[in-house]
Amino acid sequence: MYPSRFQYEAPRSIEEAIALLHKGGGEAKVLAGGQSLVPMLKLRFASPEMLVDINNIPDLDYLRVDSDGTLRIGALCRHADLEKSMVLETHQPTMAAAAPLVSDPIVRNRGTLVGSLCHADPQGDWASVMVAVDGHIVAQGPKGRRSIPVSELMKGPFQTVLAYDELAIEAVVPAPKGVAAGGYLKLERRVGDFATVGVAVAIETTDGSVVRAGIGLTGVGGSTINAKDAASALVGAPLSAASIARAGELAAQAAQPRSDHRGGATYKRHIVSTFVARILNEVAESKGKAA
Amino acid sequence: MGLDEIKIGGLGASRRRVEDNRFIRGKGNYIDDIVLPGMLHMEILRSPLAHARIKSIDATKAWAIPGVRLVLTGETMASRNLAWMPTLSYDTQAVLATDKVRFQGQEVACVVADDPYIAKDACEAIVVDYEPLPVIINPQQALAPNAPLIRDDKENQRDNVVFDWVVGDKDGTDKAFAKADVVSKLELHYPRSHPSPMETCGSIADFDRSTSKLTVYMTTQAPHIIRAAVALVAELPEHMIRIVSPDLGGGFGNKVPVYPGYVASILASILLERPVKWIEDKTGNLISTGFARDIYLRGEMALRKDGKILGVRMHTDSDHGAFFSDAQPSKFKIGLMHSAFACYDIPAAHLTARGVYTNKAPGGVAYRCSFRVTEAMFFQERMVQAAADDLGMDQAEFRRINFVRDDDFPHRTPFGFLTDSGQYGKCLDVGLEAIGYQDFLRQKADAAKKGRLLGIGISTMTEPLGAGNSREYDILGIKMFDSAELRVHLTGKAILRTGAKTQGQGHETTWAQIVAHELGIPADDVTVEEGDTDTAPFGMGTYASRSTPVAGAAVAMVSRKIRAKARKLAAHLLEVSEEDIEWELGRFYVRSSPDRGVTIQDCAMAAYTNVPDGLEPGLENNAYYDPPNLTWPFACYIATVEVDPETGVWDVLNMVAVDDCGVRINPMIVEGQIMGGLTEAYAMASMQFITFDSEGNCVGSNYMDYLLPTAWETPGFELHEVVTPCPHHPIGAKGVGECATVGGPAAFVNAVMDALKGTGVRNIDMPLLPDRVYEAITQRHDVSGAPPVKMDDT
Repeated sequence: MYPSRFQYEAPRSIEEAIALLHKGGGEAKVLAGGQSLVPMLKLRFASPEMLVDINNIPDLDYLRVDSDGTLRIGALCRHADLEKSMVLETHQPTMAAAAPLVSDPIVRNRGTLVGSLCHADPQGDWASVMVAVDGHIVAQGPKGRRSIPVSELMKGPFQTVLAYDELAIEAVVPAPKGVAAGGYLKLERRVGDFATVGVAVAIETTDGSVVRAGIGLTGVGGSTINAKDAASALVGAPLSAASIARAGELAAQAAQPRSDHRGGATYKRHIVSTFVARILNEVAESKGKAA
Repeated sequence: MGLDEIKIGGLGASRRRVEDNRFIRGKGNYIDDIVLPGMLHMEILRSPLAHARIKSIDATKAWAIPGVRLVLTGETMASRNLAWMPTLSYDTQAVLATDKVRFQGQEVACVVADDPYIAKDACEAIVVDYEPLPVIINPQQALAPNAPLIRDDKENQRDNVVFDWVVGDKDGTDKAFAKADVVSKLELHYPRSHPSPMETCGSIADFDRSTSKLTVYMTTQAPHIIRAAVALVAELPEHMIRIVSPDLGGGFGNKVPVYPGYVASILASILLERPVKWIEDKTGNLISTGFARDIYLRGEMALRKDGKILGVRMHTDSDHGAFFSDAQPSKFKIGLMHSAFACYDIPAAHLTARGVYTNKAPGGVAYRCSFRVTEAMFFQERMVQAAADDLGMDQAEFRRINFVRDDDFPHRTPFGFLTDSGQYGKCLDVGLEAIGYQDFLRQKADAAKKGRLLGIGISTMTEPLGAGNSREYDILGIKMFDSAELRVHLTGKAILRTGAKTQGQGHETTWAQIVAHELGIPADDVTVEEGDTDTAPFGMGTYASRSTPVAGAAVAMVSRKIRAKARKLAAHLLEVSEEDIEWELGRFYVRSSPDRGVTIQDCAMAAYTNVPDGLEPGLENNAYYDPPNLTWPFACYIATVEVDPETGVWDVLNMVAVDDCGVRINPMIVEGQIMGGLTEAYAMASMQFITFDSEGNCVGSNYMDYLLPTAWETPGFELHEVVTPCPHHPIGAKGVGECATVGGPAAFVNAVMDALKGTGVRNIDMPLLPDRVYEAITQRHDVSGAPPVKMDDT
C-alpha cells in the first residue's frame, strides 16, 4: 500500500489553494478529509502529481444558519460535526437522518460533506441528500465564484463539472418553503460498506399540502439520481397512500441500477420503491399524530 | 492448607492477559516493527490474470530505477532450483511463475530496493507479456469434458482432479437406506472465505555470510515446522537456521503455510548478504494466501418414522485453487470432514470426496477449525434440520433422540473416530432453557399471524480438536506431539517455553496458570516465551485448537517432573524420606507433622544452594507430549431471528451459546474465544465471502469488498457452560478456540430457514445477503451456489 510519488502542498488561504490547483494543470487533487482519496492513492487507483491539502486554510469548518434560514456547510466541516449538530434536526430532518449513516464513525470524524460531493461517487450518501433538499455548492476559481446545484454537479462516476482550478468552498441548502420533513434510508451489507441502495426524501408542507419535494437516489446509477418525476408526484396535495405508492413507483423507474455483488438490479429497484414508501409513510404517520 | 489457587492465578482464575500490557500500550513487537541495520525492502509483482501463458518478462526498466538492488523472476529462482516448492499436501507450488500464471494474484517477480516505495515503483516498471488462457473458477467447470488443463506442469496429470477419496461403510449404508421410511436430501455450498488476520504475512531474512547463519523473522504459527522445511527443502544445515516468530497480529490458520514471499526474501538476503524485509499488503494477503472452505456438499439421510437416523451418505467437491497446498496435518485427503455426525448415534455412513484444481488462489487452510471440520459440522446441522422438517418433528427433539448418550462412551463415530466424553442432552437443555424455547415458539406463531417472520435455529456438535495423536497426524512425517521446557530459577521464579506459538490466544497468561496449578508458583512469577527456534523446544505450533490439548498438556507434564524433583529436595531439607512427604498447592510437608513444611520456592533455592549428595543441581526439565486421542468438546448454539419479508434483511434477536470444553484454565480467555468465534460464525452466515467473476478476478481483494463485521452489526451473545472433563488430558481440558466458528454458522442459517418454513424454500447458501433471502421469499425457490458477480439483468 505505497502510493506513487506526489508533490504535497498545504496552502493557508483559498487563493493560494486555487493558484496551486491552477499550476497543477489538472494533475492536482484537493485533500480535505481524505477518506476516499487516501485509500485510492494507496491502492494506486489515483496517482495525482500534486496534493493540495486544504486543512490549514482557516475558517472553512463552519456549519451555520443565516438569518433567512439558509444553511451553509464549509469545505472542512466534518461528517461528525453534522452528526452532532442540533441545527440539522430542526432545519433539515433529511440531512439529520443521513448524518449518522455516512460510512462508519472513524470516517465520519475526518471526512467532509463538501469533499464527498466533489468525490462524486455514485454510492456517496450526501449527494442524494443534497439533491433531495435542493442544495448547491459554491465553487471558487481564478475568475471568481459560482453556484452549482448539486443535481448538476455530477457528470458521471467520480466526475464533476468543476474546473481543474476550482475549489468547492461550501455547500448551501436553501431555507425550506414550508415545514420540512423527510428521511434517509440506506441498505448496506455492513457499516462502512457503500450503499447497496440509499434513498433520500425531503418534503416541505404548508397547511398539510406538499409545496416542494425532492428525492435523491444513491448507488443505483452511474451517478447520483435526481428522481424528479417521483418528487413532482407528491407536490400540490397532502400525502396519500396513492401519492406515496406513485412516488415509489416513479423513483424505482428513475433508478438505473446494475446487478453486482451487492444485489441484482430488480432487487435494487424494489428497495428504492420500498424505501421511498417507508420514509413517506413515516412522515405521514408522524404528521397524523401531530394533527 | 495449600495456597488459594485463584489468588495465585491458577486453574479457573480469570486472570488478566499479561501480553495485553504491551499490546494496549503500542509496545508489541510485530514483524513490521523489527528494523535491522542495512535492511532492504521487497515487493511482489502479481499476475493480473487468472490463467495465462507468460511469453516474456522484461525487467530492464525496473533495474534502471535508482535504489533497486535486485529483481527476482521465475528464471532466477529456476537457476537455483527454487522456482517450485513442495506443499504441505505433497503437491508442488510455483514460487515465482515460470511457464504460466494459474490464478489472479500469483507471484510473478520480486523487487528488492532501498525502500518499499521504490520497490513498488519498480514492480510497476516490469513488463510482462501474457497470452490469456481459458479460466476455470469452480469444480463444475474443472470437471467438464475438455476442460483446459491447469496443471500441465505435472507429468502424469491428465485432468483437473486433485484426489478422489472414500471413507465409511458403503454396504452398511446401502442397507440402511434400503430400510428407510423417509430419505431426506440436502445440497449446499460453503463459500470461499479468508482468515484475514489484521496483520498480513511478512518476513525479514537475514543471512550472515561470516557465520553462515540464516535468521528469518517470520509471521508463522509453526516456527519449528518452517525450520525443518527450510532444512529439508533448501538443504541448509538445520543448526544454521533460526526462525523467529515475533508477536503475531492474528493467524487463524493463515500463517501456517510457507508462502513464496518468505522464500524469495530468503534467497534475496543470501544473494545480497543484507537483511531483506517483505511485508505483504492487505490485497496480497487476501488474494494469494491461504483461503478456507470453498466446497460443494451434498448428502442424504436414511430415517425411520420415529425419528431414528439409520444412515448417512455424503459427497464433497472441493475447490483447491491452482496448487494443492492445504495446510493440514492428517493423512486424510479431505481433512477431518469425516468427523461429521460424531455426536449422533448413526449405525452406518459413507463419504466420497473429490478435490479439483481451479484458477483461484491455492493454500486451503483451516480458518479457525481442525481441517474441514467447519464444513462437516455445517452440513451435519443443516442436514439434521432438513431431516427434522421432513419428518415433521421438533428440531430439538429430533437431535435428542439421536444424540450419543452420556453412558455410551467411548463411542465409535459413524466414520470411525473415537469420542470419549460429553453430556450432549444436558447442553441442549441448558441452551433451550436459556433461549426460552417454548415461549419463542408461541411468539413465532403469533407473529406469523401478522405476517412477521420469526425463526429459531439450533446447532449442536462435537468436534475433534488437538492433533495428534502421532499415529494418525503428522506434517511432512513429523509427528504431531508438542513440548514444554520449564526452568525454575533460584528464587522460585520461572521461565516456560513451549513449541506452540501464540497469536492472540493468550498463551503467556494461561500457560503460567497451568504451572501455578501444578507447582503453586504464582502465575505472575512465570515468564512464557514462544516462537524462537533457537530457544524454544521443538513443537508443531498453534492451529486447530491444539495448543491446550497438546502443548498445554506438556506444560502440566513438565511441571509434574519439576515437582517430582522438588520433592527430593524437600525431603532433604526436611530431613525425612520422600515417602513421608505430602504435597499441597505450593508446599511439601511431613505427613506426620503437617506444620513442618517447605515451599516450592524453598526447594528452588535448595536446588542451587543446598543439593543433597547424588542429586543433580538445578531445577529444570522438559516434556514431550503425544496425546492418546483428540479432545472432543461439545457445543450447543441457538439463535433466534426476524426476517423482513419486504427487504430480505434479517436481524438476530438472541444468541445463546453453551460450550462444554472440559476444565477451563482461564474462563475469561475462553469466553473471549467463544465470542470471537461466534462473531466469525455470524460473519460467515451473513456477509463474509470471497467470490470470483467469470474471468477469475477476485472480488474480495480489500476490506471494502471482503466484509468483516464490525461491533455495529455483531449481535450480542449469551454464554453458558457445562463441564465434562477430558478423560485423557492431564488437567481435563479440551480445545475450544474454534468451536464457535465451526458450530455457529448453522445456528444462524437454520434460524433464517426456520423463519422461511412453509414457503417451500429448503436452502439458501451462505452468505445470507438480503437480496438472496428476498429472492428466496418472493420466488419461493432455493438460492444456491457461490454468490455470483451477476450479469446485468435490467
